[in-house]
Amino acid sequence: MSYFKPINKHPNLEKNKLGLTRRDYEGGVSTLCAGCGHDSISACIIEACFRLNIEAYKVAKLSGIGCSSKAPAYFLNASHGFNSVHGRMPSIATGANCANEDLLYLGVSGDGDSASIGIGQFIHAIRRQVNMVYFVENNGTYGLTKGQFSATNDLESKNKYGEDNLFPPIDLTSMAIQMGASYVARSFSGDRDQLVPLIMGAIQHKGFALLDIISPCVTFNNHDSSTKSYDYIRNHNEAMGKTDFVPLGEEIKTNYDDGSSVEVKLHDGSRLSLEKIDHNFDPTDAGKSLELIREKDKEGKIITGLLYVDNKCKPLTEIMDLPDKPLNTLEQDELCPGSEILEEINKGLS
Amino acid sequence: MSDKKYLFKRNNVWWVKLAVPLSLRSELGYDLRRTTGEKDLDKAIPIRDKIIEEFKTEFQIRKVNADDKGIVLRGTEHMQKTDISDPQYFHKVVDCQYACPAHTNVPEYIRLIAQKKYDDAYMLNWESNVFPGILGRTCDRPCEPACRRGRTHDKPVAICRLKRVTYDYKNDIDPYLPDIPKVKNGKKIGLIGAGPASLTVARDLLPLGYEVTIFEKDNKPGGLMRTNIPSFRLPAEVLDEEVYRIIKMGAELKTNSYIDSLEKVIDSFDAVFVGTGAPKGKDLEIPGRKEASENIHIGIDWLTSIAFEHTKSIGKKVIVIGGGNTAMDCCRTAIRLGADDVKVTVRSPKSDMKASDWELEEAIDEGIPILDNTSPKEFLLDDEGKLKGMKFEKMEAQYTDGKRKLIPTGEEIIIECDDVLLAIGQDNAFPWIEKNIGIDFNEWDCPIVDKTTMQSSHPKVFFGGDAAWGPENIIWAVAHGHQAAISIDNFCSEVDLFDRPPPLTNLVSQKMGIHEWSYDNDVSQEARLEVPHADLKQALNDLKMEVELGFDEKLALDEAQRCLNCDMQTVFQEKLCIECDACVDICPTDCITFTTNDTEEKVREKLRVPALNLDQDLYVSGKLATGRVMIKDEDMCVHCGLCAERCPTGAWDIQKNNYIEAHNLNKSRVKAKEVA
Repeated sequence: MSYFKPINKHPNLEKNKLGLTRRDYEGGVSTLCAGCGHDSISACIIEACFRLNIEAYKVAKLSGIGCSSKAPAYFLNASHGFNSVHGRMPSIATGANCANEDLLYLGVSGDGDSASIGIGQFIHAIRRQVNMVYFVENNGTYGLTKGQFSATNDLESKNKYGEDNLFPPIDLTSMAIQMGASYVARSFSGDRDQLVPLIMGAIQHKGFALLDIISPCVTFNNHDSSTKSYDYIRNHNEAMGKTDFVPLGEEIKTNYDDGSSVEVKLHDGSRLSLEKIDHNFDPTDAGKSLELIREKDKEGKIITGLLYVDNKCKPLTEIMDLPDKPLNTLEQDELCPGSEILEEINKGLS
Repeated sequence: MSDKKYLFKRNNVWWVKLAVPLSLRSELGYDLRRTTGEKDLDKAIPIRDKIIEEFKTEFQIRKVNADDKGIVLRGTEHMQKTDISDPQYFHKVVDCQYACPAHTNVPEYIRLIAQKKYDDAYMLNWESNVFPGILGRTCDRPCEPACRRGRTHDKPVAICRLKRVTYDYKNDIDPYLPDIPKVKNGKKIGLIGAGPASLTVARDLLPLGYEVTIFEKDNKPGGLMRTNIPSFRLPAEVLDEEVYRIIKMGAELKTNSYIDSLEKVIDSFDAVFVGTGAPKGKDLEIPGRKEASENIHIGIDWLTSIAFEHTKSIGKKVIVIGGGNTAMDCCRTAIRLGADDVKVTVRSPKSDMKASDWELEEAIDEGIPILDNTSPKEFLLDDEGKLKGMKFEKMEAQYTDGKRKLIPTGEEIIIECDDVLLAIGQDNAFPWIEKNIGIDFNEWDCPIVDKTTMQSSHPKVFFGGDAAWGPENIIWAVAHGHQAAISIDNFCSEVDLFDRPPPLTNLVSQKMGIHEWSYDNDVSQEARLEVPHADLKQALNDLKMEVELGFDEKLALDEAQRCLNCDMQTVFQEKLCIECDACVDICPTDCITFTTNDTEEKVREKLRVPALNLDQDLYVSGKLATGRVMIKDEDMCVHCGLCAERCPTGAWDIQKNNYIEAHNLNKSRVKAKEVA
């Protein structure tokens, strides 16, 4: 088994505006099972950060416990990281966000970490509109503890040992829309053409962005009766049509017929261009999004793509009117503005 | 000939262009002379014309008939699934082995060195290139510019000097030599010239029971390896060991036996092989040449007279004219004979010089100035009629459409000298072959020799080495020797000469367990290691002191670790693939892409990194479940095997491609087994 990847790279490898190649965004060699969907997601995060010219030292990777939560070790080696207690990553993210809103927060979690032990934390991070990208690497199973059902496993899906699942699944996307998440997408680890633009959009979005990514567990949940296997997802995936991420200052290259596409402007001026599957759908209308998810679920289809976006939301730091500068850069006179100011405040209280 | 659109000419043979459809190509064959079944070129021409007409008509019909799937025009159809059962596909991936004329299995012997199995490494070399110790010091190394490492990293693996390591560190290898049958097969073969080509033929034929006689004009065997390669590059004991090893296998060696008539010897043998090299150094006919001839020497003759110790001194000021490896040997020898001012002049710019880079470097390192763009005009004589200098004219190179033209600038320079060495090329010379015995010569007075069989127009006479197509190098002579030996064996067994044995190939999985393959993929990322040299001052005073000391064991093992194991092939089975992309993500050089199939041109563009090196193939899978195909650009693959390690279903496997080019030793081994 190899623990290191050869350092040499393709001499013609594309460079981004920082002069970095895709390989400069890599992490260590994965110790997850060979073929794990999580590794594909890591690769998509690498691709998205590379394309957005992100400086790795301005990124914080946060995670909890689980296979998914190991994944931050396998991308962006030069970034900050915090591996928290099981299900408690949202609290850490909230705190970090308040202390320094300059960093890009990538929270990596799984179905166990978010839909079971950490569901309370998950909901409140959404409710508070923490400015972060929240990845749920959703494989419907507790892989790290040898394949028990997780809370997102479908009712009809058996486990590897043939046991029936007794309880219905939690759909994190619908829950997130209801709780006020401002960017909600579902995708599949095996479809990088769809996933990379969705991650890019989520990174540029200001507010809570949920990416529920179905990520097959090759070891415990890739069997014939699984509804989260590579084959099942490929056969039941109903992609919402193409999503293009258009950076600021670039022209949209794809043109769709009138009414068949919709453009969403993100906070930094970049845009998402979405090809719509039907004319009635509007990704900025939460009600319609929830309806679509429910409808497709009834049809036995898994809808993937950008499900909902609210580009006018206020993130946590704005809601709380926190200082723009990171706390660790505040000088003495900013932290303790002096007795005159104190007196003025006191006057205001009387 | 009316239309040459589908043909090109090389070595006096019209070949079918590779750009024609595969299906037609295989029907027609590449060599039209063979297809026509007529070896006389004049008679073949009208037959060929007819075939070409038919060929063109056929081509048009199939082109028009779009439904006919039998024809695939490169560039208009989707890429075909790669046929890895064709041994040439993976052979080509092993760049060094593919580039080697004798197709030595380089990665395998480097791996054996890494395991300190020097005897095995030596024998592997010996079987395919016959002279590992000699070639490890003198080879022109076509393998090294081809080495993948030159593309993926910086400099190629020091393949040639690792070959020397197998010689330097081996023990007694005599027990591993092939058995020579005591009962001969009754066929007598005459080999003319005891150079590398003849010696190879002898080695390949002796184990099959042939009686072999070698005629050598000098008093020792070795040919150009002895006469033209100075002993500071190739010590006599190395040469003697490897040359006499073959003689000791049972060849009858007749030294001091210049053959002055082929006709006289031809009837004493069942077949004759001519390996007499290109022994005639070119002369320079400019004013003063005749008058100063006492101090003007033909380079290769001069080197020969030094090798046999007839010449032991030279003037103080020496000019060497020429830009090839012989010129480099001449100037370095002159310095060792006591000249203190040696200059090399060459007409072309330095960048166009024919000398191998490393030989040029060695000369420069020894303090010899190379005056490029300098064209000789006249030999200048003093009052007593003795050579005192030379007049040169400076040239300027102009390039138009990639073609070089040397334009005289009019600027003249005069260089003083006592002696001049001419190293401006060599020619074949066959004054001893009678023109009326059935051997055809072409317009340059070279025999017409078949590229595949090495047979001349006289069925009993075969050519090889420099004698066949002019000056090349030792490794080519060896390759020719192997082919000639196969032809001679076929000829004497009354088998069609074109019915040639295939290479021995094997493609075996190296999987040992989960994530484990039986080779070391922890390749060194270090730069190429330099070979230690002897002290320059000492070396310049001793004609016989070897300049390169060779790698010591530690350096050798470190250098061996730089080899990328290109013979470890990544083999893909689409029916096992679940398209999880794990291989795409892990590949350090981004050479794997899953995409929709298209024409080769478009596919090459849409890969993760566009595949711009058209010399390297794309490995294309069959259709996958999603309708896509896997495409791997062989160009930059570092054979680390991580794709296979990260593959959950075993769709990728690492399989060792063992490719042994056909030579008669394979046959003798099979025979020996049958007897046993």
